[in-house]
Amino acid sequence: MNLDIRTPIGLLFLIIGALLAVFGLATHFTDPALYDRSLGVNVNLWWGLAMLIFGGAMFHYGRRATARLIAAAQNP
Amino acid sequence: MHTTLAWIDYLIMVIYFAFVLGIGFSLKRYMKTSTDFFLSGRSIPAWVAGLAFISANLGAQEVIGMAASGAKYGIATAHFYWLGAIPAMVFVGIFMMPFYYGSRARSTPEYLRLRFDEKTRGLNAITFALMTIMSSGISMYVMAKLIVTLHIFDAPMRAAGLPMSWIFHISILVSALITLGYVYLGGLTSAIYNEVLQFFLIVAGFFPLVCLGLKSVGGWEGLLEKAPSGFGHAWQGMTDPATSPFGVEVFGLAMGLGFVLSFGYWCTDFLVIQRAMAADSMRSARRTPLIAAVPKMIFPFLVILPGLIAVALPTPTAAELVPDVAEKVLNADKPDDQTDAFRNAAAAAAAGKGLIPAKVDFVSGEIMLDADGKPELDYDMAIPNMLLHYFPTGLLGLGLTALLASFMSGMAGNVTAFNTVWTFDIYQAYIKPQASDKHYLWMGHFATLFGTAFSIAAAYVAARFNNIMDLLQLVFAFVNAPLLATFLLGMFWKRATADGAFFGLLSGIVAATIHHALTLPMGSEWGIKGAWIANLHTYREVMAQSFWSAIFAFAACLVVTVVVSLFTRPHKDEELVGLVYSMTPHTVDEEQTWYKRPAALGAAVIIAAVALNVIFR
Repeated sequence: MNLDIRTPIGLLFLIIGALLAVFGLATHFTDPALYDRSLGVNVNLWWGLAMLIFGGAMFHYGRRATARLIAAAQNP
Repeated sequence: MHTTLAWIDYLIMVIYFAFVLGIGFSLKRYMKTSTDFFLSGRSIPAWVAGLAFISANLGAQEVIGMAASGAKYGIATAHFYWLGAIPAMVFVGIFMMPFYYGSRARSTPEYLRLRFDEKTRGLNAITFALMTIMSSGISMYVMAKLIVTLHIFDAPMRAAGLPMSWIFHISILVSALITLGYVYLGGLTSAIYNEVLQFFLIVAGFFPLVCLGLKSVGGWEGLLEKAPSGFGHAWQGMTDPATSPFGVEVFGLAMGLGFVLSFGYWCTDFLVIQRAMAADSMRSARRTPLIAAVPKMIFPFLVILPGLIAVALPTPTAAELVPDVAEKVLNADKPDDQTDAFRNAAAAAAAGKGLIPAKVDFVSGEIMLDADGKPELDYDMAIPNMLLHYFPTGLLGLGLTALLASFMSGMAGNVTAFNTVWTFDIYQAYIKPQASDKHYLWMGHFATLFGTAFSIAAAYVAARFNNIMDLLQLVFAFVNAPLLATFLLGMFWKRATADGAFFGLLSGIVAATIHHALTLPMGSEWGIKGAWIANLHTYREVMAQSFWSAIFAFAACLVVTVVVSLFTRPHKDEELVGLVYSMTPHTVDEEQTWYKRPAALGAAVIIAAVALNVIFR
């Protein structure tokens, strides 16, 4: 199988992380009351950034591992 | 609790559903043989199999149930992990995987056929297939009920002009179709890959919840001050059934939960063992449960702590619960259906404890009272209410997606285990034994289809009978507990015979049934809870009765298997190579550095589990 599971996990985290971070950044100025329930912390922005970093790392290692799997399949 | 879901929340859910189906599509072209479909071609790396090993167990009971227990019993709920899972996972990794993996059996019932005979395999295969269908159906039902209760899909349904009464049916159908889609396309590999994805998503969805919850109650010290007394101690009062939160003494806890029930599940249940059987080598197969034990040890902090925090928070007033509609709703002269629902929800929450609402009778809308006339609390709402309490739009979508992911991983785990046992242990064994591999691959796809259809039917049965969860727990205790004795004797006593195993297994099931028929938990009525022949003993808690049912089942199976085996003809020694400990060349780990050996990994995990028990004693 030429698919390392870290690739789709990384990609999913990158997409959701980017969505949350952008939404968090936008609402930080337009709707700060949204974060009253999360104790005043803009959790969308911070957790979105954390997911972006984690997703980026997973995607990077996943792609490297996938490339190795493909090379191994072509040169058994 | 008022839900405010926006476009971003629904978008996160849609992206997740697209990804799980995408993984299924990308793996479809690799499903060429039955081994590819049912066992991932035995090609899964240890860390992936390890995360799938615990993720397949992350169904409705784990996330919702453990948070509910956390709110009800406190940190003592961690016994289900540190005592009720870790030792068993270490044992199966070090001592049992060499036989499961080394025998090349394709399922645990098939191991029973190789070690004993056809009738023992048949009994195990049929009971297991029925349990997986029931379990998958209950997961579907609980998820659909939660979606209705939290009004998750009210807005899109209203926008589409569809009646609200359809939400329950659409939730069941959509979750079934998505699970069916990715399992049908990519078989066990797709289920395993998605279980790993779901594991990371569950951590991403619940970790911020724990951080926000702890911050709001003033950290761990603040939590201990605000939570009910003793909720921060796992072993306090455990020496006496009168003070133990589970109503059972230390022996019952250690033997019932710590040995029979936990080893019975983690060491024999094909749902989890299948993940280790898919590993790419014997070494990976042995390390799979050991790797799984590490996150399993930490999981109490992710699922039990939110329950503890929920009960430690101040009980909100009705006006705080539905701020934007409270005034209109609570002062309405002629409330319509929606304001009525909000009024009931607000009243239930205000009568609750912290974020745990009181249970409401769905028909009358009245708050349900216990035997003492106090409001009965709906602990299952701990995690959902925590998500709604702390998460703003955006992160709420991620949290709810994590919740849905936990249900779907449990459902997919059951469906993949069912299609394998059905195809190899029922269809190939009894219906069409000599067909081609291509035919069994086709049957695997077909079994996925009708297994999902039966699960949907089971979900509606669960909706019809509100005690089906109790029934499933009973069947698990009755079947898995004696099965442990059968496997242990089969693997570690070469004198155990086929007749001994079969009659031992039957005796264990009968012993558990008789014990249940003669005992009753305190405050329960006879029937599904027990005492349906006579009430000879009353237990303090349902859990105490369950632990002792398992102990009786295990003991009866052990004794009968030994006695019958001594009077019947055993297998020849050469037939037991690779199946019995004393007849099998032991796995040599010398080629690995000492800290990579399963025994060293297992010892490290056990030491860490003991340390956690000491810290939270």
